[in-house]
Amino acid sequence: MNYVALKMLFGDRAKYLMLLCGLTFAVMLIVQQGAIFWGLMMWSQASISNLNVPIWITDPGIAQVDEVKPLADTAVDRVRSVDGVEWAVPLYKGLLRARLANGEYHQITLTGLESATLIGRPAEVLEGRFEDILQPDAVVIDQWAMERMGGPTVITVGTIFELNDKLARVVAIAKTQKSFTNIPVVYTTYERAVRYVPRERRTLSYVLAKAKDDVPAADVIQRIRTQTGLGAFTEEDFGWKTILWVLKNTGIGINFGTTILLGFIVGMAIAGQTFYLFTVENLRQFGALKAMGASTCTLARMILLQAFTVGLTGYGVGIGLATVFGYLTASGGGLPFVETWQLLLLVLVALLVICTFSALISIIKLARLEPAIVFR
Amino acid sequence: MNDDTQPAAVRARGIVKSFGAGDTQVTVLKGIDLDIHLGELLLLVGESGGGKTTLLSAIAGILDIDDGDIDVLGVPLSALPPGKRTRFRGQTMGFIYQQFNLLPALTAAENVAVPLFIQKIGRPEALRRARAMLDRVGLGDRVDFLPRNLSGGQQQRVAIARALVNEPRLLICDEPTTALDGPNGQKIMELLREVGRSPDRCVIVVTHDSRIFHFGDRMANLTDGRITNIERIQQEGTV
Ligand SMILES: Nc1ncnc2c1ncn2[C@@H]1O[C@H](COP(=O)(O)OP(=O)(O)OP(=O)(O)O)[C@@H](O)[C@H]1O
Ligand SMILES: [Mg+2]
Repeated sequence: MNYVALKMLFGDRAKYLMLLCGLTFAVMLIVQQGAIFWGLMMWSQASISNLNVPIWITDPGIAQVDEVKPLADTAVDRVRSVDGVEWAVPLYKGLLRARLANGEYHQITLTGLESATLIGRPAEVLEGRFEDILQPDAVVIDQWAMERMGGPTVITVGTIFELNDKLARVVAIAKTQKSFTNIPVVYTTYERAVRYVPRERRTLSYVLAKAKDDVPAADVIQRIRTQTGLGAFTEEDFGWKTILWVLKNTGIGINFGTTILLGFIVGMAIAGQTFYLFTVENLRQFGALKAMGASTCTLARMILLQAFTVGLTGYGVGIGLATVFGYLTASGGGLPFVETWQLLLLVLVALLVICTFSALISIIKLARLEPAIVFR
Repeated sequence: MNDDTQPAAVRARGIVKSFGAGDTQVTVLKGIDLDIHLGELLLLVGESGGGKTTLLSAIAGILDIDDGDIDVLGVPLSALPPGKRTRFRGQTMGFIYQQFNLLPALTAAENVAVPLFIQKIGRPEALRRARAMLDRVGLGDRVDFLPRNLSGGQQQRVAIARALVNEPRLLICDEPTTALDGPNGQKIMELLREVGRSPDRCVIVVTHDSRIFHFGDRMANLTDGRITNIERIQQEGTV
């Protein structure tokens, strides 16, 4: 009877395509929204992931990465003296205004890396050499900075602009993950960053560190916390802390969350509804089968088979389309779009649940069906 | 007037069935007694809306009755739990409906094979037997056609082949010739009579079509919810 079930499903090409379209649309909607949402979250912690260091030491009351609470300069040495720390370096991170030769002002994030190691430097450089950052007045900007400040004709390798009335000369363009605020990032050395900014009592934003290979990072983090009284997080935890902060304190959590939830509910409702309609339309055929002696159990198996077949096909096509969409829109980095396997799994499970659910409703209807309808 | 030399394949006693409730309640069957014997073809006639289809559904066990008893081949239908009743129906009965109720996505041969699929007979064997049966109803050259590519009469012949393929002992037909022209109707009735004449099988046919009355062995008249008379039909040209 499986054969009959599949033929019933595929036999009416138009109806099958309608069904498939409904499910595909539902999956696409959910995956796309979920991926954009997740992409946004990735962006919100881009200034952590872009630096790619294992341990962040912060003010104990830190809320999120972009809200810098400066540390005492001694913090670096205190962290270095903690058992199990392999290295610890200072990081400057602060907002500054850049003035271009054409007179435009741009808000930028100045990132100062320790000059001896350049720990936290971007992995990829699109133009120039990152090491040239050690030359006098040299800075490196990321590709988003280039884009935001007017494109390659306005600012590129060799361009000179002013940071707080002091000269800055671009020596390289780095490739980074776009950030949520999309404020241009300008890299320099820690020592020079401190000179660019107006004199403050404390200039150290974060301490970046790494645990020795044979010591668990969690232990070292615990030790840093107790011995220095500072905050210490793995890169991942700090990322999550930032994401949660953004969710809670900006409209994104509520607004986007509702949109996604709505997309999810609408998508699932469409999926359930289309499949349910499909079985209702086939009720007479199922009634005839029942009259011919097909048990309710057999009919239930047929309906479940149909539901899962169309569900999985819709899942595949939907994910495919969503991925193509994501590839087209996100390849330039213009839109955040991150499909994680967790998202795909969640959608799969939800879809199977909804297919089973609507199949069950149809099955109950069938179990109650008087096959006498086929005589009429 | 029962033919007592033949055992009863269907024994219905005091069948009552109403639809609706309260003021709108209609009692369609008001105490039906009816025997159908093995080896006969029984015609059931009566005015439209008189309850013929309802009675067939009751005998098939696909409609619950309000009162009365129905035994089919010695098995009391009401004593069977629903699942067993469904299986029993699949094994012993074949149906030909007023509407053909073919599955539109299946070819003629596949449609005919469905009762065999339900009995868990393998696809190649089921299709082989389905083709042979289509051959017998004169559709040997249409086995791979979809129902929508067949004429109404051809579709009904597919439905008849489907009802026969399982070699059911009780064949229940609701106006099987309505959609057929004269010669085709005669051909189908010959086929049904042949089935009815087998010593361990029987056929019940609801019809309005007086051109096929002579194929029946007996004719029962359903009027106002009761079987008013049952007459034996004179067979012309038979011994
Ligand atoms: N499920 C139902 N609910 C309510 N009334 C019904 C139902 N089924 C049948 N009836 C009523 O029972 C009566 C008998 O119907 P039935 O179909 O048995 O008649 P019939 O003799 O087969 O008629 P026809 O010759 O036109 O096919 C009709 O008045 C019909 O309206
Ligand atoms: Mg009728």
